[in-house]
Amino acid sequence: MWPNKFDYARAGSVDEALSLISEDGKYLAGGHSLLPVMKLRLDAPGQLVDIGRIPELQGISANGGLTIGAGTTHDAIATSADVQAMCAALASACGQVGDQGVRNFGTLGGNIAHADPASDPPTVLVACGATVNIRGADGSRSVAAQDFFVDLFETALEDGELITSVSLPNCSDCQCAYVKFPHPASRYAIVGVAVCLKMDGGTCAQADVAVGGATVKAVKCAGAEAALAGTTVDEAAVNAAAEAVKADIADWLAGDIAYPESYRQQMAGVYLKRAIAAAQG
Amino acid sequence: MSTRIFGSGIKRREDPRLITGEARYTDDIKLPGVLHMAVVRSPYAHANIVSIDSSAAQAMEGVVAVYTSEDIGDGLAGLPTAWLIPDSDLKTPEHPALAKGKVRYVGDGVAIVLADDRYRAQDAADAVVVEYEELPAVIDPEEAAGEGAPLIHDDVEGNIAFRWVMGDREASDAVFDAADVVVSERILQQRLLPTAMEPRSAMAQYNAATEELTLWCTSQNPHIHRFIISAVTGLNENKVRVIAPEVGGGFGSKIPCYPDEALVSWAAIKLGLPVKWTETRSENYLITIHGRDHVQHVEMAAGNDGALLGVRATVYAGMGGYLSTAAPGIPTILHGLLYVGPYTMGSVFCESIGVMTNGTPTDAYRGAGRPEATFLLERMVDNVARAIDMDPAELRRKNLIPAFEDGHEVATTLVYDSGDYPVAFEKALDMAGYGDFREQQAAARAESRYLGIGVTAYTEMCGLGPSQVAGAVGFQGGLWESATVRVTPTGKVQALIGASPHGQGSETTLAQIIADELGFPVDDIEVIHGDTTETPMGWGTYGSRTTPVTGAALAQASRKLKDKARVLAAHLMEANVDDIEYADGSFSVKGSPDQAQSIQDVALMAHLAWNMPEGMDPGFEESQFYDPPNFVYPFGTHIAIVEVDAETGVIDLQRYIAVDDCGPQINPEIVAGQIHGGVVQGIAQALCEGVIYDENGQLLTGTMQDYCMPKADMFPNFELGETVTPSPHHPVGVKGVGETGTIASTPTVYNAVLDALAPLGVQQIDMPLTSAKVWSAIQDARS
Amino acid sequence: MQVAITVNGVLHERDVDPRTLLVHFLREELDLTGTKIGCDTSQCGACTVHLDGKVLKSCTLLAVQADGAEITTIEGLAENGQHHPMQTAFWENHGLQCGYCTPGMIMASAAFVRDNPGASEGEIRHYLEGNICRCTGYHNIVKAVKQVADAAAGS
Repeated sequence: MWPNKFDYARAGSVDEALSLISEDGKYLAGGHSLLPVMKLRLDAPGQLVDIGRIPELQGISANGGLTIGAGTTHDAIATSADVQAMCAALASACGQVGDQGVRNFGTLGGNIAHADPASDPPTVLVACGATVNIRGADGSRSVAAQDFFVDLFETALEDGELITSVSLPNCSDCQCAYVKFPHPASRYAIVGVAVCLKMDGGTCAQADVAVGGATVKAVKCAGAEAALAGTTVDEAAVNAAAEAVKADIADWLAGDIAYPESYRQQMAGVYLKRAIAAAQG
Repeated sequence: MSTRIFGSGIKRREDPRLITGEARYTDDIKLPGVLHMAVVRSPYAHANIVSIDSSAAQAMEGVVAVYTSEDIGDGLAGLPTAWLIPDSDLKTPEHPALAKGKVRYVGDGVAIVLADDRYRAQDAADAVVVEYEELPAVIDPEEAAGEGAPLIHDDVEGNIAFRWVMGDREASDAVFDAADVVVSERILQQRLLPTAMEPRSAMAQYNAATEELTLWCTSQNPHIHRFIISAVTGLNENKVRVIAPEVGGGFGSKIPCYPDEALVSWAAIKLGLPVKWTETRSENYLITIHGRDHVQHVEMAAGNDGALLGVRATVYAGMGGYLSTAAPGIPTILHGLLYVGPYTMGSVFCESIGVMTNGTPTDAYRGAGRPEATFLLERMVDNVARAIDMDPAELRRKNLIPAFEDGHEVATTLVYDSGDYPVAFEKALDMAGYGDFREQQAAARAESRYLGIGVTAYTEMCGLGPSQVAGAVGFQGGLWESATVRVTPTGKVQALIGASPHGQGSETTLAQIIADELGFPVDDIEVIHGDTTETPMGWGTYGSRTTPVTGAALAQASRKLKDKARVLAAHLMEANVDDIEYADGSFSVKGSPDQAQSIQDVALMAHLAWNMPEGMDPGFEESQFYDPPNFVYPFGTHIAIVEVDAETGVIDLQRYIAVDDCGPQINPEIVAGQIHGGVVQGIAQALCEGVIYDENGQLLTGTMQDYCMPKADMFPNFELGETVTPSPHHPVGVKGVGETGTIASTPTVYNAVLDALAPLGVQQIDMPLTSAKVWSAIQDARS
Repeated sequence: MQVAITVNGVLHERDVDPRTLLVHFLREELDLTGTKIGCDTSQCGACTVHLDGKVLKSCTLLAVQADGAEITTIEGLAENGQHHPMQTAFWENHGLQCGYCTPGMIMASAAFVRDNPGASEGEIRHYLEGNICRCTGYHNIVKAVKQVADAAAGS
């Protein structure tokens, strides 16, 4: 298939993009989330503003934490030494998006604006306490990733707003991992689990856990986190967390006829265990 | 003596154009002024059409015309069903190219748009406003055949299109009543999407002055397409030229003549302009035939000693909204006749009920009826093994038909041509290390790891087939093939064939047959196919028939040429024909090896005709029509080893062993490729592929995002072995191999998984064995 | 909208409808029909080309997005009349049957081996998740790619 007709404009800067966008317009970065939907004619914006060449949206900077330009590709993130050092789970998640062709052109900003619940990066962003930096006609604002993802394909973005970057705390001292159970057809996550354990000696000082794929959006899992925090992350704690995570996501479950909610919920527990094992290396 | 070309795994002659992107498939062909057709398709599975308003579409930029069924009127006859099963009370409901008043599956065509560009054509198709009155839909064939199901065609009572019975019901009852053990299972042969990587495409051009229509289309059988297009358009058959250019896979889905091919033809005639249509993948999943779709109630009878006594089944076969070209033949002739398999089983009975549903029409999909038979047989053999507590390999071993070289009649009335099932069986078991595996399995189970092994012994019937049989079973065509071997004056060969290969490598294997017979270098032989004007009549490439049937025609045509060459060579060398010796493309006189005529020399002299023997015609070309005296029956044994992760239900296919016997292998690399591909298609049915409709008949697996195509990382390297048992009736002894992999692999992997799950108490899971279903079955068995 | 795209070393300047997908630009505008279309959800990889050296599914990019870029298609992979090693390997190893997925498969594999010489069979199988073949069962495709990967590691 192919897209409906639309007007096209290419922006050279964020300011220009904000000035160009019209009421029924959408921003086009890599296009690897938007174009597939438009090709199936499930979405038909009247205008695309191409932000793919805006220099200020590109690149990764590591200054205490990470700041990743919204236009940075999944491949660039996955292969970045800085990201691998400061948030290994995000590098891993971006390395599991689609296939190499998709990762070469799909961008982090485009991915999270699309807010597919089964995509990989949002789960890590929510687990690791990322901040989404946004520009709009009224200026800039920042939203915690946890609040950015509102519901199925729904974000906190207002009309005309543009994601400029995503910031993450330095997680280099944590044990963090993202583990995914890929759907055999689409390779999107049936369930994806991100964990970030801050260890103090043998004890877990803080645990951050998020689940995607099994849910309508990436969900932060307080029960699982509580089950791990303060423990040595021993078998009992891991099992308790695996039970708790199922309750954490109970209100947000999503599924399809082949991989129903009940199955995904159970798999979240299994994959939390696997994610913890991966994080512990 | 050089290495014999027959049996050599040479590189394919097709490949240079394919690896460089120079091959031209239908959609790659451009004609100036071509119009693009888009089809307005029903979003409902079952609905009355209340009104169609195309005024907005007509007014759109680039739109030339919008047509509905009313506009076509009697310009196109309904699409015919070409397999009319006798004694089955067959109904053939009308299948108009565009729906008349009612739509019967999601995707049924309602109107066509012709525009100057494909994007604009689709825009206009989206702008056609159709008002529908939705009707209740039914998808499950057993349900559709039941009381109170919505009636899909007024003239198909109870939605039952046919009821075919094989065997004697009372005799079957007697066997089952007397048997020590009877096992039974309800088996779902889920719908599959053939998914040839090249979507279907058709382009038509009409010359009003000559009244000639040329149709380029994705066809496995251009001569059948010509036949049907001529019938539906009313054009004389000799004014219709069908060209199947490069065709990107078919797997059965490019056998039928679809509405789309008829519609581009009609529109090209109507408008006097070339018209092209190419489906998108989403469209392909809605409208191109699906495969399988059986609900089977199966029983097998056995003795406590492990003797298999009989099998019987009631099969509800979903036909979809219309009867596709060959559809009635698939769950009947190509299915029931396989119920004996490779076993000494004396009693078979099958009642197959063809049921109209609101699904996409079904038809032949790789294996076509035979995978559905082999699966039920192998599934029930494993069930018997479990019931009498006998190792499933041992049970098979006990029941295999002993070796035979020239004909063995079985209870289905088929006469198998040749076979040595025990040899292939033991070879596969050896390769797998079956005995050792059982020990590993026991050890793994002790650690709560679930390993399983599945063994399938199979034989199948292919190389379709004697035309007399075709006629007797209602196939509305012959099943012979014809071929011409034409040698140019400079000694280069054109082999023209009526079959139409589309990925099988036949340009190479058939050239190897000719090279082997006549001694021409294989690179001097071009196999020409896919154009009804250039090639002699043939019935097409399907049913693993091109190598056995066309290959036989070519071998025989080559032998005629060789006979002629021998006489001419003798004449030219002034020798007695009886003194002529032939080796490697050269004729020489016994005792005078320095005197020789190459096949090329002879060809030139035959063309020049300066000095011909008395009564010999000039030229160097022979044709052969070949009607096989019987089917061919390849066979073998496949083994799979899997491990199931009980925590998630995920299946890891660890090893796959395939020992196949397709007679002498012309090109072992091509044979291996056919097996690899077939095996993956069959494994995918067991593990991941399956159409899902919702209760309203909406296709939920409408893209590759949802329909799980097998991917490279799901498979190990395959371990192949072979035995060689020539077909006694075939000129070069070969049997078909295009479908064996698909036929054998589904039950192999399925049974391996169920073997792995046996200690957990799981006895049955509907295919495909997705992790979610496996996991649920484990939970259910535990609770 | 005016675009200037270099394809297989030749600069093409065209006025295109912004919604034109790159794959249609290549196939319809430039008649480079070696690049195929096998799905509409960016999964099958039949349309794989290289954009500035990177693997791209050309059905998932607008031609306007490729403005100024250098594209290589299957028609441009051979150099000086010599098949690219990946083309040769596919031929030698029977890595194709109907040939429809083959241009995309070769383009994807050529870039993969360039970036990952010495790749293992497992890595190759994983990488090929973005390219679907219905004929070969992947066995001989993997064999072909492995042959080139091994050779690349040795050189």
